[in-house]
Amino acid sequence: MSNATAMMRSVRSAPMFRDRTNTIATAMFGAILVYLGARFARWAVVNAVWTVPPGVGSAPCRAVAGSGACWAVISDRLRFISLGTYPLDQQWRPVVASLLFIALYAASARRSWWKPGLFVLWLAVPALAIVLLRGGWFGLSSVATEFWGGLPLTFLLSTVSFALAFPFGVALALGRRSEMPAVRTMSITYIELIRAVPLVSMIFMAAVMFPLFVPQSFTLDKLLRAHVAFVMVMSAYLAEVLRGGLQAIPKGQYEAAASIGLPYWPTTVMIVLPQAVRTTIPSIVNTFIGFFKDTSLVAVIGLFDLLGAAKAVIVDPKWVGFGVEVYLFVAAVYFTFTFSVSRYTQRLERVLSAERNH
Amino acid sequence: MLHVDMQNVNKWFGAHHVLRDVNLSVTHGERIVICGPSGSGKSTMIRCINRLEAHEKGRIVVDGTELTNDVKKIDEVRRDVGMVFQHFNLFPHLTILENCTLAPMWVKRMPRRDAEEVAMHYLNRVRIPEQANKYPGQLSGGQQQRVAIARSLCMSPKIMLFDEPTSALDPEMVKEVLDTMVSLAEEGMTMLCVTHEMGFARQVADRVIFMDAGQIVEVNEPRAFFENPQHERTKTFLGQILH
Repeated sequence: MSNATAMMRSVRSAPMFRDRTNTIATAMFGAILVYLGARFARWAVVNAVWTVPPGVGSAPCRAVAGSGACWAVISDRLRFISLGTYPLDQQWRPVVASLLFIALYAASARRSWWKPGLFVLWLAVPALAIVLLRGGWFGLSSVATEFWGGLPLTFLLSTVSFALAFPFGVALALGRRSEMPAVRTMSITYIELIRAVPLVSMIFMAAVMFPLFVPQSFTLDKLLRAHVAFVMVMSAYLAEVLRGGLQAIPKGQYEAAASIGLPYWPTTVMIVLPQAVRTTIPSIVNTFIGFFKDTSLVAVIGLFDLLGAAKAVIVDPKWVGFGVEVYLFVAAVYFTFTFSVSRYTQRLERVLSAERNH
Repeated sequence: MLHVDMQNVNKWFGAHHVLRDVNLSVTHGERIVICGPSGSGKSTMIRCINRLEAHEKGRIVVDGTELTNDVKKIDEVRRDVGMVFQHFNLFPHLTILENCTLAPMWVKRMPRRDAEEVAMHYLNRVRIPEQANKYPGQLSGGQQQRVAIARSLCMSPKIMLFDEPTSALDPEMVKEVLDTMVSLAEEGMTMLCVTHEMGFARQVADRVIFMDAGQIVEVNEPRAFFENPQHERTKTFLGQILH
């Protein structure tokens, strides 16, 4: 009884019920939200078609089109969306590769595992994934990169690009602060040039223009060229993030290193970079999230990453017209990954700031 | 032979003339205390000795090596000259032990075990061996400053520079740092200390230097310096800090 009155009082004192205007506005927006929510629920859940029996095509879905969602397209084409055109009988390989990547991300999230060995892991896991996907070794049948697709391709693109772009980014960030004018000018030119060009056009250039400039006999795999484009762009962005970390290092640290006789490289590797990376980890993770989503741009050069595979599904005559369902599903997959990473970063920032102040 | 020899040293920060014809000769084992109002150039002067600041005119010879733009010579000098800063400047991401072993391992190429032995020796000397595996942020200011002293000593320097080593400390921690400095002085280390701890100056200094506006105004042995200052500016300054 007294509990209920206390609750009423706290509801009434909340800002959205403070006076008449606020109360009316809150009620109106509440009503709109409830109405839209109910409509969405009716479409997405109540009237939805979850599966279609084999042999009837998409007819049950067409029957409810407009009033109910057709989730059957997802269950029907889940394999294709998540794994692309990879040969059906070999699909355990991309599944294992994806699990390896997820394990890598989970391992990287552990604060106590931030040791130099983690960098080695970021190179080893993609290498292992490539061996698995490509085959031709250890009795695995060989699968050309045109058939790679779906989630493993998204993981591969973002992980390999990040692992390779990181050292380049470090070099560029250091170069930008170098006392040698030639090195500094080159670093600045590269960073500014790359950042001024949209990622999509870099991918196009790598895919379409690059072959025009090299002899016909010299062909480079399309997937590899996409990687080159990503590494080039990502390293410029990482360089800028790291530059902020370098600027945050107090002058006293350099002076202390100089006073005990440490030359440039030991000072950079042992004193400067560990502190710069530590302070910028939240921004580095943020950059990774951005590029994780941007890997979907490779769809424009005909690679079937998660989004590319999804787009291929909705032009299939059987499922044409159910794009909303497919896009919602893909968005949910991206959201699951990026939201968990961003929650993790928030927690990490608290841990790191506590560490600095202990 | 002189240990540190500065002749007609001049330096400018932009238009500001921070060192004006500074002449200073320090012999082996000599303990010098430098005092003066803030902005008088005393920190800049000792920072020129290990080339954290470059002088623009004049000559500085440290332990027989003249300081020029030659990086090799600078490194040589820095190996022999230790420095302790006002704000400690320990490396926050490394443990106390790692702070101390870094230079011996990377400059002197000492194996880790030997470097750790040396580090523990000096951490014992500054009386905090039990903190070896903690991080700087976990230590008090006084403890951090003693670690900074140990970190310098690990390179077996011939000369030690102290740049206001107790100014950033809470009053109750000043003594532990000064005690460490006194025991160093008793072992015959050549020392140049910028400090306003006049008790320390009286106790260990061979000479006290008073600087003002980039010049050395007065040099004397401590007793005479405190009891019978010659210059008006010295008298004013001493009047202000000794009340």
